[in-house]
Parts: sequence; structure tokens; C-alpha cells
Amino acid sequence: MMNTLFTMQPFTLTFVIGIYLAAVWLYKKTRLSLLHPVLTSILVIIAILSLLQVEYAAFEQGSFLIDFMLGPSVVALGYALYEQVKLIRRNMLSILTAIVTGSVIGIVSVVFIARWMGADEIIIASMEPKSVTTPIAIAISARFGGLPSLTAVVVVVTGIFGAVVGPFVLNKTGIRSKIARGLAMGSSAHGIGTARAIEIGAIEGAISGLSIGLMGLATAILIPLLRLIVT
Amino acid sequence: MYGIFIIFLFYTLGTVISMVMGELIPGSVIGMVLLFVSLLAGWVKPEKVRQVAIFLTGNMALFFVPVGVGLMATTHYFSGALPAIVTTIVISTLLVMVSVGWIQQLLERKK
Repeated sequence: MMNTLFTMQPFTLTFVIGIYLAAVWLYKKTRLSLLHPVLTSILVIIAILSLLQVEYAAFEQGSFLIDFMLGPSVVALGYALYEQVKLIRRNMLSILTAIVTGSVIGIVSVVFIARWMGADEIIIASMEPKSVTTPIAIAISARFGGLPSLTAVVVVVTGIFGAVVGPFVLNKTGIRSKIARGLAMGSSAHGIGTARAIEIGAIEGAISGLSIGLMGLATAILIPLLRLIVT
Repeated sequence: MYGIFIIFLFYTLGTVISMVMGELIPGSVIGMVLLFVSLLAGWVKPEKVRQVAIFLTGNMALFFVPVGVGLMATTHYFSGALPAIVTTIVISTLLVMVSVGWIQQLLERKK
């Protein structure tokens, strides 16, 4: 009975968007980074589905349209990139160098640390794109044998962690340049880090927003390349 | 409507190119690059796609909620690896943040 209800798209769309809006409201009200709307929405929906004994397959069918929007939203990032690139023509070379290096360090460090801690290849593949904006990370993870659902949560947790500790870490490590600070926030903590960078300053925010698209692109190209070299 | 058409057109082109290339890079990412290049080259007028693009990127967080809910079907699989997952996130995120910040700051000073 409940399973049938959740396979109905109008019902499930209303359900998911309703919970998401409530989560956004709660986040704005409390301003607690831990209550990031994506994280609370996912946990609340899982709790409700488990309580009503709804199978994931039924929910997956009903929420298909929201899921489908991931692809077009990545394409739309091309517009965001276009708007931001105009700001940084003079620093193009240093920014690209920093992003490509950061992307390599991000991928390689995940492989080494996770393998050293005993995680298997599926978990490693799910975590490799962890500093990349979620829709791109999900696409990469699905392609290289990861669990897209684990990737989605890992990416959001990475973003929250980076956004919370970012300003403190940047101060401690002597990173003072506004461009460097924005770039560091966006490349390590994607959209969630960018929201924090906007609070630090306008330049930091814009540069951070730019690094979301660049980091996504660099990592999408580098993961297959590094796999060819290593294996 | 024109904006939606453009986004889906580039998504389709990206997916086709991705398939031809052996799906090494996701089609949506190739679509993103194609849209970016077309805007820079002036083939697509920015004001025509602005509204749709802002709607899509502004609501991105909602779009990956259903994928995340998929965790409920896979928890048994990774719950044992939780310490490894958390440690990896913390160390790797700090490494990316500090290395990117340092490299950028260093290269700026050299000029």
C-alpha cells in the first residue's frame, strides 16, 4: 500500500520538495552548519521511509524526475563558470595550476588514506570525487564503480567540514591572499565552502564559486587519467 | 523555453560525445564545457540562458536528495568502513584546502 503511494510521482515530488523546504527553513532559522538542508532532508526521508516500511525501489521510481535534474544542473554550471571567468583573466594561469594540483592531491590522498585504513575499492571509488560539487561527483562515482548514494553524502559531509574549519585552517597556515582563500574554500568544499567564502568577502566568494566548476572539470578528466597511469 | 532547449541540447551533445569517447568523462560535464565555450565564443547569448541556469544551479541541492536517500539501501555495505571514510574525508579535505591555498599565494607573489 505505502509502496504504491511512493511510486506515484506527484506524491513523491511533493513529499521530497516539502521536506527539503522545511529543512532549508530550519537551516536559515538556526544557522547551524551541521543542519545542512541536504543532510537533514536525506536523514528525515530515510527515517520516514523506514518507519512506513517503504522500499527504496518504490521511492526511487517516484522521485525519478528530481534525480533527472542533476544532469541539466551540471550543464547549467557552464553558465556560472562563464559569469565568473570574466573576473579572473589576470590570474588564470596560477588558478589553473593550483586547481589541477589540488585535484590530483584530492584523488591520490583519498586512494592512499582509504586503502591504508582498509576500505575496499567500491568505497574508494565512491570517495575519489569528494571535493567536487555533488552532481558531478555522482556522475564520476557511478561511472567508476562507486556507490552514488555514498558519494552524495560523503561530498556533503566534506563540504560541511571544509566550510566549518576553513577560515580557521586558512588563518593558521598563513593563507592571506583573497584569491587564494576563495580558491582553497571552493576547491576543497565546493558549494557549501562557497557559501562560507561569500560570508568572508565578495572576492573570496566569487573565486570560490569559480573553483567549483574548474575543480569538477579537472577531477572528471584526472580520475580516468590517473587510473590509466596507476593500473 | 529557449533556455531549457539550449540546456537540454548541450546535455544531449555532451552525452553523445561522452559515449563516443568511451564514457570516460560524464556527458553532463562535457555539456557544461560546451555551454561555457559557446557563451565565450558568443554562439549562445548569456541573457537567453540566464534564468534557467540560475534556477538549475540555485536549486541543485534539492536534486541530489533522492540519490542520497539511496544510502538506506546500501548501509549494510559500508557501515564497517565508517572510521576509514571519516578519517579520509578529514585529512584529504585539509590537504586539498591548504595545498590549493599555498600554491595560489606562492604564484601570486612571484609576479
